[in-house]
Amino acid sequence: MEITVNPVGEQAAVVQLRGRLDLLVANDVKQRLVKAVNEGFRLLVIDMSEVSFVDSSGLGALIGGLKAARLAGGDLRLAQPGAQALAMLELTTLNRVLRPFPNVTEALQASL
Amino acid sequence: MNPSFTLTALERVVGWGTDEWAAFRRGLIKILVVTNLVLGAYYLLWRGTASLNWDAWLFSLALFGAELYSYISSFLFGLTVFRLRERGEPPPAPPGLRVDVYITCYNEPVELVRKTVRAALAIHYPHQTYLLDDGNSPAMRAMAAEEGCGYITRSAAWIGFDRHAKAGNLINALEHTTGDYILILDADQVPLPQILDRTLGYFSDPKVALVQTPQYFINVPPGDPFGSQAPLFYGPIQQGKDGWNAAFFCGSNAVLRREALARTGIRFFVRDVERRIRRALREADTVIRRAERQLAPSERTQIAPALQALRRAVKLARQELDRGDTFQEVTERFQRRAEDAARMVVAANLRQIMADLAEIQAVEAAEIMQSLHDEAVLAELARRDRSPLAAIETVRQLIPLLVNEAMDYLPISTISVTEDMSTSMRLHACGWRSVYHDEILAHGLAPEDLRSALQQRLRWAQGTIQVFLRENPLFLPGLSIGQRLAYLDTMWSYFSGLPTIIYLIAPVLFLIFGLLPVNALSAEFFWRLTPYLLVNQLLFAVISWGRPTWRGQQYSLALFPIWIKAVVTAAANVWFGKKLGFIVTPKTRQAGRYFGLVRWQLLMMVLLAVSIGVGLLQLALGWRTDGMPVLVNVFWAVYDLVMLSVVIDAALYQPAEESSSEYA
Repeated sequence: MEITVNPVGEQAAVVQLRGRLDLLVANDVKQRLVKAVNEGFRLLVIDMSEVSFVDSSGLGALIGGLKAARLAGGDLRLAQPGAQALAMLELTTLNRVLRPFPNVTEALQASL
Repeated sequence: MNPSFTLTALERVVGWGTDEWAAFRRGLIKILVVTNLVLGAYYLLWRGTASLNWDAWLFSLALFGAELYSYISSFLFGLTVFRLRERGEPPPAPPGLRVDVYITCYNEPVELVRKTVRAALAIHYPHQTYLLDDGNSPAMRAMAAEEGCGYITRSAAWIGFDRHAKAGNLINALEHTTGDYILILDADQVPLPQILDRTLGYFSDPKVALVQTPQYFINVPPGDPFGSQAPLFYGPIQQGKDGWNAAFFCGSNAVLRREALARTGIRFFVRDVERRIRRALREADTVIRRAERQLAPSERTQIAPALQALRRAVKLARQELDRGDTFQEVTERFQRRAEDAARMVVAANLRQIMADLAEIQAVEAAEIMQSLHDEAVLAELARRDRSPLAAIETVRQLIPLLVNEAMDYLPISTISVTEDMSTSMRLHACGWRSVYHDEILAHGLAPEDLRSALQQRLRWAQGTIQVFLRENPLFLPGLSIGQRLAYLDTMWSYFSGLPTIIYLIAPVLFLIFGLLPVNALSAEFFWRLTPYLLVNQLLFAVISWGRPTWRGQQYSLALFPIWIKAVVTAAANVWFGKKLGFIVTPKTRQAGRYFGLVRWQLLMMVLLAVSIGVGLLQLALGWRTDGMPVLVNVFWAVYDLVMLSVVIDAALYQPAEESSSEYA
């Protein structure tokens, strides 16, 4: 799992995830998201376009990032999740908390 | 666990093997269950219509109520065992699974836990072993290092938050490990090396989330004075539940699928957030209605439209939640609508202020108007405690999407001290399957003193009732009918305190005071009651064939004070937030220490003995002539005495010297 954080301005960042977002990397992903929030990027857009697989532990990492972002007065959004990721979001009903956006631009533009 | 000698004897007579006998027994059980229910209904119908003694109506209705309770117990028990499932040999364990073994401990002796750790490390199937030390003890840490076992304690994330006892311990460990399957063991449950080989095969079915095996105690003295073994539960009852896909997790000796726990945890996290929002909307409704009632006539034209707008905002929010919008959208739109409503009030008040200021020169008024900010006006008006505006401010603040927990989501349920049963119910509600595998694969240690044994029973009872009150299986979405009734069966049994007292008091009331709860103990009464009782006992005998269940039966009845305390304390905890409390050892002399723990039972036994004496004496002296009813009630009282007598054994029991010094 590769994690790349690309800042967009001073308070937002696009976090690109590449690979499997599963149990084995969940902790690392969460730590990286929390670190990004602590560095000042309170709006995080997770680019899911290159995530091949998500399990519930992986989703848990995203919840961890969301909590950190909200505590800082910001938000965490998902951009371009694949079919499997969307299915997992529905299965866990997490799509009511983490609304998936069709692409990064729209995710960034939605109001805080 | 079956007495093989009986089977082989029968085999020689009839020529059937074990499989045929098992099938015969299951069929016999089904017949007896239905017969029992029919006979019971026949008896109770007559009881309720023809036999109530209205001269002693309270007593009469109370006893009838107790009998109804027992009938429902019978129904639930019969339903549970109706689909008794004996699984036999497990599927073979596929190689290459990533498995963790958790040993949970808190304040057990280090040497006791060392035994468990060694046995866990020796389990055949490749796995990681972790000791989950909630007591954070350096001695335990050192022992784990010596034995070569992983060691986990609570991370700093828990500081300042509710630790949730054992549930929290497990959740904490899940954060720090990566096994797809987790075997959970209590500190005293020493596993056999083949435990994973015998259980992992069930997970080849991708819907299986849990495999539960029996808890069996090897330090139980002959006669089992504390009723520690539970051969009925880890046997026909769990097997029955298994038939309904309702076998539940018992906290130890079980393997769980991580993905199932995580997925269920997330679903209940989302459910929890939605419930908070709906609760906030209900509170908003209450606040708005109160404000509407308190409107002064002069305010009506100005404020009422704003309050109506707020009501509409709440209604719309509910509709949006129902149709599945994200929580973020729902709360944002609600806050915007609430702000609009607030602005309506400000606007109305500004007009009023303008009118008031009309006396002042128009220019000055305009200047003042320009310098007034919406927020400032609102704050000023709210500060003057005008209730409709205060209401609007309250409504504007919805609970944010943050849940006040240490962990992001909770893969183990924290709503009850019996986190195990609650977690299984949630897993079932999310469509997962459970398996009960009836093979002893670990050896545990039962409590060795009466106080600990009672405390354990109290906790199970309290936890079960907490689940009943917080996530009632009859209403939790996603469970099948069979599952709902199977969970209800376990919970229902803990409400037996009051019916038991009625059953115990009834013969006393008759023998000493002559109060009869029925019109007459006529032949009709016996013709209806006796077959019902007989079939009841026969059913029980067939179900518990080969398993020693007498102790369990005695304890269900004899622990009535514990069941009552459990219901009262659990309800106080769920409804009023009171702490659950403990069994308190009464501060009496050493010799009387254990008897203090069973004082209510002893009191009841004295009452029963006295009533037997009084009844028989009166009969012998000719002071009463109703011989048959007296004998029936004497028999009833003797039965009660025999059942309660188990507490005498328990109170007198002292553990043998060598067993208590084994871990010194």
